[in-house]
Amino acid sequence: MPEGTESAGERKTATVWDNFLRISMREAGVAIALVIIVLFFSATAPYFATPENFLKIFVQIAINTVLAAGMTFVILTGGIDLSVGSVLALCTVVGATIMVREDLSPWMSIPLALLACMATGAACGAINGWVCEKWKLPSFIVTLGMLNVASGLARVVSDNSTITGLPQPFVDFGNQIYFGVLPSIFLIAIIVILIGWFILRFTVFGRFVFAIGTNEEAVRLSGHNPRIFKIAVFTISGLTAGIAAMVFLLRLNVGSPIAGIGYELNAIAAVIIGGTSLSGGKGSIIGTLVGACILQVLATGLQLLGAEDNVKPIVIGTVIVLAVVLDTYRNRYLRKLEAR
Amino acid sequence: MTTDIKDAAPVLEADAAARLDSSADPILKLQGVGKRFPGVIALRNVSFDIMRGEGHVLLGENGAGKSTLINLLGGLFSPDEGSIWFNGAPYRPASPLEAFSKGIRVVHQELNLLSNLTVAENLLFEHLPSRRGLVNYREMNRRAAELLAEVGLDISPSTVVSRLGVAQMQLIEIAKALAHESKLLVLDEPTATLTSKEVDRLFEILHRLKERKVTTLYISHRLQEIYEVGDRVTVLRDGQHVTTRPLQGLGIPDIVRLMVGRTVADQGVFREDVQPTGEALAVEDLRLTATSPPISFSVQNGEIVGIAGLVGSGRTEAVRAIFGADPKAAGTIRVNGKPVSITSPKEAVAAGICLMTEDRKQQGLLLEMSCAENITITDLKRLSRKGLLNRALENAASERLVAGLRVKTPSIFQKVGTFSGGNQQKVVIAKWLYRGSSVLICDEPTRGIDVGAKVEIYELMGQLAAEGKGILVVSSDLPELMSICHRILVFSNGRLAGEVPRAEFDQNRILSLAYEEYGRARGN
Repeated sequence: MPEGTESAGERKTATVWDNFLRISMREAGVAIALVIIVLFFSATAPYFATPENFLKIFVQIAINTVLAAGMTFVILTGGIDLSVGSVLALCTVVGATIMVREDLSPWMSIPLALLACMATGAACGAINGWVCEKWKLPSFIVTLGMLNVASGLARVVSDNSTITGLPQPFVDFGNQIYFGVLPSIFLIAIIVILIGWFILRFTVFGRFVFAIGTNEEAVRLSGHNPRIFKIAVFTISGLTAGIAAMVFLLRLNVGSPIAGIGYELNAIAAVIIGGTSLSGGKGSIIGTLVGACILQVLATGLQLLGAEDNVKPIVIGTVIVLAVVLDTYRNRYLRKLEAR
Repeated sequence: MTTDIKDAAPVLEADAAARLDSSADPILKLQGVGKRFPGVIALRNVSFDIMRGEGHVLLGENGAGKSTLINLLGGLFSPDEGSIWFNGAPYRPASPLEAFSKGIRVVHQELNLLSNLTVAENLLFEHLPSRRGLVNYREMNRRAAELLAEVGLDISPSTVVSRLGVAQMQLIEIAKALAHESKLLVLDEPTATLTSKEVDRLFEILHRLKERKVTTLYISHRLQEIYEVGDRVTVLRDGQHVTTRPLQGLGIPDIVRLMVGRTVADQGVFREDVQPTGEALAVEDLRLTATSPPISFSVQNGEIVGIAGLVGSGRTEAVRAIFGADPKAAGTIRVNGKPVSITSPKEAVAAGICLMTEDRKQQGLLLEMSCAENITITDLKRLSRKGLLNRALENAASERLVAGLRVKTPSIFQKVGTFSGGNQQKVVIAKWLYRGSSVLICDEPTRGIDVGAKVEIYELMGQLAAEGKGILVVSSDLPELMSICHRILVFSNGRLAGEVPRAEFDQNRILSLAYEEYGRARGN
């Protein structure tokens, strides 16, 4: 802590510089890693640095980005949501079932399907949160249960088959590309991320998400009920799983009870690579977007380099762990800055 | 804050003759032992001997240094100064395991049993009878049965520990000490949770151990019972050694006087000008459990009321129940004359009560978040419209409080985890001032805070009382309570044992009240 000997002016500049360092380390730490990886593949992999390739990457990260946005909320409070993949599957069959009905015009069925997806997802999430809080269970167990329940429900709703024949305007919108490189579904993902960022940064709710992840008991003893907020973050995660289901339908045009297998793990990986702490209280949703990009850029880049399919998961797995290792060093450095 | 302790001890000095003669053989020798923690000196130049085969009693008030001393013997800490000799050799264990293999067994107040394993596994955990890595269960259970018979426990060695009562667990800890032929057995408050029948059983075992020449170091708040197990007593006060002398001929009042002795340095922080008016908080027939004794008291606006008592006497439990942090069985609470129903901290805060918990770091603060965020967490509604935070308002409110309480920080954006204890406590006070609470309950408000910051906190409390707030302070530091409070309530063994007004403040009287219920509990 500065003593009285330092002049106010000096302290001011030190603080500005410290703040710059701190913010760039906190927000851009992973972004730097992303830039390095992109530069590496641009230099080594053929076709990597082409608009067509970036377009492809944008299409491919959309679903995971939306799922990971909701996951960020849950992980920030110190929880985990393993059910998002199969909740997504359930929502795809619910949405597709509504959209293929011939008695509804596309202008009726599409908004209805969107609402149904979001409602189904949010309901699954709310149940996750409520069960966790009601019986004080770890979210790992509860959402593991929901993973199976939602998957079973998806089979029941779809009668164990894939649903095709979505309305043409819907399919067309899914193939839309703006400004040559921005696919419609990527824009949806960006909008979800921006809304999430706004909530976390500027609302009372966002403040509570961080506070609960930092010290839930202190929040309770400050005169609040953390349970409501915890149920809310699971509801948000379910809601984004519903939105991700619509993105899935836009991209693949098929509702399937076996969609989304393993998606939860990709979403968690994106959040963690993005610098959010698994124990809660620390992280950013912009980091999550960057984390999702890193995962996909690696996969695409390795493929273009001609890496075997078997090698890719080895590299990606290593990168996930490496990201977290680097993050501990970054935190140590940040703490040193704070302690100045 | 302390004057010379030897002067303050009013009990006979000339008991040299009564001391065991020098030919006796000490099993443990402490010479000038000192231990410091950040901001506190826990032990200072402590020297005394424990003789082989004796029952030695260690006494002292809360914070006198008993626990630190036990932890030094148990290998949890090592001393900063001085030396310890055990069994004729220098003793400096680096770990509990080493302490234990050298023959010192510490039975802590919180039992350290592996509750999901069986009694036999717990008893012989350090050296399970085994062959090529496989446990020999038959041999293990046979040896465990012998040990259980020795402490007179009639249970099967294959019982899972979690199914036992506390008293049985206590005896198992002692049996564990027997399993390894410990030379010195340290018992920290072994009778705190036992019924008088179980206590008798424990004493029986201790007598038998004595016949086997096992030395015991016995710590207890129940002054009555120390006569049954002790030959000599050592008293610590403020981390310093006061005396070591035979128990024979020493009465309980003498012992209490030896423990107190500490003079109150008047910090001049008491506001004589503040006259309490009107009831701020009233607690009637508060029961923590259906069978616990009822507690009733009140705090007036402008009044600082202290709660004294030993650790575990129910002080913290009572204030947590008032605040709704823990459930209570019965009781009415009135704030400013209006009855309020409090079942959660949320309701307590809404009623105008706040609690500054004894554990600031774990329960009071968001260490990884900024000073401003910590202050405003108690009332974000005031800073927001339609759920959107107004940071300009937040920063202005925080700046005002930080300046008003003189929190030393370069900026309100600093994480409170980097603050000193005193500054952290000021942030805790700031967050409740920001909430505008009218009743402030402070549990150990100055624990782990350096002297200068302590005085600042006292002054702050005086000022808040002057502004008309009702303040309830729980503290283990009796001189502290005596310097700032209008009245002191004394808790003893879960009961409100008495109330002492400022004019009658007297350490002896308060401490006697604090020990009152522990003597009575034995019923002899």
